[in-house]
Amino acid sequence: MTDNAKTGIGKTAVTRRTVLAGAAVGTALLSMPSIVRAQDKSLKVGVYGGYFQESFDQHIFPDFTAATGIEVQSISEPTGEAWLVQLSQAAKAKQAPADVSMMSQVAMLKGQAIDLWQPLDPAKIPNVKNLLPQFVNKYPDGRIAGIGAVSWYITLVTNTDVYPEAPTSWTALWDPANKDKLGLLALVSNSFLLEVTAKTFFGGANKLDTEDGILEVMQKLAELKPNVRLWYRDEAQFEQALKSGEIPMGQYYHDVTGLAAADGNPVRSTFPKEGGILDSGCWAISSASTKSAEAHVFIDYMSQPKIQATLSRNVGTAPTVARSVTDLTDDEFASVSSDIAPIIPRYDLYQTKSDWLNQKWTELIVAG
Amino acid sequence: MRPEPPRRIADYSPLAFPAVMLTVFFVVPFGIMVMVSFFRRQQGGFYTPDFVLESYARFLSTFFGGVLSFSLGLAACVALICVIVGFPFTYELARAKRWVQVSWLVALLSVLSLSEVIIGFAWSTLLSRTAGISNLLVWLGMMDKPVALTPNFGAVLTGMVYQAFPYTVLVLYPAMARLDPTLMEAARTLGSHPLKAFLTVVVPALRNTIVATFIMVFVFALGSYLLPQLLGRPQHWTLSVLITDQAVYQSNMPFAAAMAVFLVLVTLSLVGLALLVGRKDAAT
Repeated sequence: MTDNAKTGIGKTAVTRRTVLAGAAVGTALLSMPSIVRAQDKSLKVGVYGGYFQESFDQHIFPDFTAATGIEVQSISEPTGEAWLVQLSQAAKAKQAPADVSMMSQVAMLKGQAIDLWQPLDPAKIPNVKNLLPQFVNKYPDGRIAGIGAVSWYITLVTNTDVYPEAPTSWTALWDPANKDKLGLLALVSNSFLLEVTAKTFFGGANKLDTEDGILEVMQKLAELKPNVRLWYRDEAQFEQALKSGEIPMGQYYHDVTGLAAADGNPVRSTFPKEGGILDSGCWAISSASTKSAEAHVFIDYMSQPKIQATLSRNVGTAPTVARSVTDLTDDEFASVSSDIAPIIPRYDLYQTKSDWLNQKWTELIVAG
Repeated sequence: MRPEPPRRIADYSPLAFPAVMLTVFFVVPFGIMVMVSFFRRQQGGFYTPDFVLESYARFLSTFFGGVLSFSLGLAACVALICVIVGFPFTYELARAKRWVQVSWLVALLSVLSLSEVIIGFAWSTLLSRTAGISNLLVWLGMMDKPVALTPNFGAVLTGMVYQAFPYTVLVLYPAMARLDPTLMEAARTLGSHPLKAFLTVVVPALRNTIVATFIMVFVFALGSYLLPQLLGRPQHWTLSVLITDQAVYQSNMPFAAAMAVFLVLVTLSLVGLALLVGRKDAAT
């Protein structure tokens, strides 16, 4: 409106009256509550850059703004813990580069240690009742630190040209026939191979309760090293090699593999009988954010079964709510998840024993 | 044409700007890094200001000693190969026709414009089983079936030499271009074989340039962290890779800083040693 008034003044033939009228209309419009709110209500949301951010910008944020009147500015955040470092440094200076961020579980625990997350009020998030229990992240004293945002599976992936038959078990990683054919994630805290080994060979994650148990699991894991061609940090590197058949087997993200297969690439993702690895990200509010009310609205909106189903269909993530409350068809559900009980990572280990684990892990895979 | 040596403080004023820049963008960040390396690591959190030696203590182990020696050895290999290949190459280049020189320099400069990521991915494709050069050899009938030439030490070395070679040539080129051609002519007139003249006249005449080039490429190669990951196995990861792991993935800044400080100190002392040896040689 003010723009109109300005161009009005610019015209020579304009009368004082029209200018005044224009200004009056402008003032009236500005004073209407809905417009003031639309300008005030905004939220900076941090999501993993690249594919996630594009998908959210396209499928989620516009609908959210339409439904609630809150403008979303999406912030691209790096994966890994770099974003946690930035958020905590900024919070010390009372700044919030993003009000709400999607954080990994390990980052959630590390943020809890320094009280980085604003406790969430469940009364303002009625849809919290829909969530599966593992998706409510709590401080040790019971305050809610974060709410499950999206979850995704890491599964056993293969190139269909090289492996006409899909493998059925994680034990395929140890099969001597697969020498020099695997691509595995390089870090102890993102590959979750300790959990996989514990579940596959030692009856479950309880084996990881003691350091002796962990070392035993690592010894078992050392046996598959001759099969590993690539320990990757960079996802694109493995994805490319998997598509071409250069590295025909490995662990990778179920959703991205599904998209690659849909594009006609000869790849497949298999849920092994021991279960896929279920990893997830949480929404958490930085302690420096002043937009707590809007952030609660956002988190509540995202926890609706309808929105979780939209995410599954458009982004390929597994729902954070029980399948029964969504309207996902069998096929849609199978493309993002599985009824086989998942391997849930022992995130606690990566916080309490992170340095020890990292040291042992690095020695394990670097040793020739 | 010798400029007057500076006499008054004001004569040093042109140095002020670079000095400030160097302080702000190098000395201060480095100082912060040294400071952080003494901070206390909080496992599962970040770090608190303190003065503890635990990060250095963790580094002093045979494991990290091995990684450090590998990194130094790798960088030395890269520097050596670059100088051995680059020296005769630049010698010929400096004597070639103008347009030949320009085309080579443009080609080499364009390699410089490639990022480490592109170089790494390009070489991993070139050396791959499915799309690499071994397919060409199969087609020519020189091999039975295509093989993967990566990941291994040779692939890492190839990628890093490729990346460092343009720097080598660019550092050697000015000295080569200035080299007095009559030196070679005199040697040839006195009946020396060209190869012998090259080795006994040109190489000693440019000894300082060679040492300087070697050191520069060595330091450049020491910082490489992407190529060893893309083209090597875990045992070929350099210390820089582990520093990145600690800083980016483990958020263990004190340990990452301690490793980086250690790497800088070792590098500086090696460079100092090389210069010292060079000076002694020159004196005798």
